[in-house]
Amino acid sequence: MPLRVESLFGLIGRKTIYVLDNLHEVSSLINDVFYWTLISPLKGKQIRFRAVITEIVRTGYNAVPIVAIIGFFVGVILALQAAYQLRKFGALIYVADLVGVSITRELGPIITAIIVAGRSGSAFAAEIGSMKAAEEIDALDTMGINPVRFLVVPKLIALMLMQPALTAFFDLIGMLGGFLLAISLLELYPYSYYVETLNALSVKDLLTGLVKAWAFGVVITLVGAYHGFKVKAGAEEVGMRTTASVVSSIFLVIFFDFFFTTLFYYFL
Amino acid sequence: MDAAIEVSGLTAYYGSREVLKGLTFGIPRLMTTVVVGGSGCGKTTLLKHLIGLLKPAKGTINVKCGCTSDKCGKDITMMDDAALIEFKKKMGVLFQGAALLNSLSLADNVALPLREHTQLKQPIIDIIVRMKLDLVGLTGFGDYYPAQLSGGMKKRAGIARAMAMDPELLFFDEPSAGLDPVTAAGLDELIISLHKTFKLTLVVVTHELASIFTIADYVIMLDAGNIIFIGTIEELKASPNPKVLAFLQRKAEEEPYRPEDYFKIISGS
Repeated sequence: MPLRVESLFGLIGRKTIYVLDNLHEVSSLINDVFYWTLISPLKGKQIRFRAVITEIVRTGYNAVPIVAIIGFFVGVILALQAAYQLRKFGALIYVADLVGVSITRELGPIITAIIVAGRSGSAFAAEIGSMKAAEEIDALDTMGINPVRFLVVPKLIALMLMQPALTAFFDLIGMLGGFLLAISLLELYPYSYYVETLNALSVKDLLTGLVKAWAFGVVITLVGAYHGFKVKAGAEEVGMRTTASVVSSIFLVIFFDFFFTTLFYYFL
Repeated sequence: MDAAIEVSGLTAYYGSREVLKGLTFGIPRLMTTVVVGGSGCGKTTLLKHLIGLLKPAKGTINVKCGCTSDKCGKDITMMDDAALIEFKKKMGVLFQGAALLNSLSLADNVALPLREHTQLKQPIIDIIVRMKLDLVGLTGFGDYYPAQLSGGMKKRAGIARAMAMDPELLFFDEPSAGLDPVTAAGLDELIISLHKTFKLTLVVVTHELASIFTIADYVIMLDAGNIIFIGTIEELKASPNPKVLAFLQRKAEEEPYRPEDYFKIISGS
């Protein structure tokens, strides 16, 4: 019996150490990232602007087509689903309210975050992971170049800017999709749809959506970087970590969405 | 002996396994020191400690740059980040796989430390990059990407990058690993000519017998985390130590593990 008890305690101990180690790694990464993003530029160590621009093009500009297409379809689908119910009450014009509010408050930020997590979060993890496996991270370190400053900070700044921008773009295209469906299939007057949308939306709706998007951008970058740096060696591990980064960043995006929505519900 | 690096009591663990067992030695200035030993004896771990990638469990690593300033002769295991970056600017490392950044061209790879650590203008950086690439025999390859090069060329480019900041210390991790004998010999020639041309302290980690006898001035031989030989190349040839002889004559050890070694491994002591 003592052996089994021992192995039980051993198991608890190993799991605890594992969790604590991970917590330590996550917190030191967050600490490093924010030190190199916010504090070191004040000390005269400049951010690599050129790399920021490259990342903006990669994560933002190149994602425009896919965000536009998905946004358009989500808008159309929402309008159709709303019409299916509202038609029964002869309240078709409220399609405009439903599409506008649900996209700006919720669907815009979350679907854009899922697209970006799949496109860019995975790319961050794969890029950093394969650099780790090929000793490139060690090489940067021995050249006196901090890998977090060199690799993560430009990505973080790019996503902090591009996540809200892509979300705003998604909102716009989504509402346009709803609008086009409403004026064609639902035969609503374009002008009254437009006015109804404007009446339904408040600045608050837009802003809460964009604040969420900003937070999602930070989460996606950090998760991608964390999984990238966790790679020790080998192509197989790069693949595993890339998958893990997408899964955990989508999970964390939904979790933070819940958190922010609750916060905004009670305090705004 | 004037030591560029003085190591004392260096102990390192992987998990609970002791891979370096209290090593104490000096690396002589302006000489080529070769660290040799069989696979898994801890030589790469030792190198990672010397270049500051790993922190030892115990022991000190004092690096002296030959000047008299008070920043000098400090323990790199105790340095703060800023001092460590200053130290790293004065050294260059060639990794086993060259570790060039695959997303940058050769010229950008070599220019990277210059761009990060100096305020030099682009035309001057261009000139320095061309000089460094000439130095390693890669004239005109500046616009190539690492994926377009052979293994030997990658290593040469890695040397060019390591030399970019005109370091005082140059570390090589298995320079001839994965290369054919002719290319490996060419790389050894390059190491010798660099050593002759510049005031450099070189540390080479290798297990290639041929390389040891062509490039080494000073040899440190490791076995299972202990130093079994330390001295000049002439002393190495005359060493009566059976383990040294076995290594030099490329004899397989009779028993891969002696019973007591095996017991140590399985009991984790």
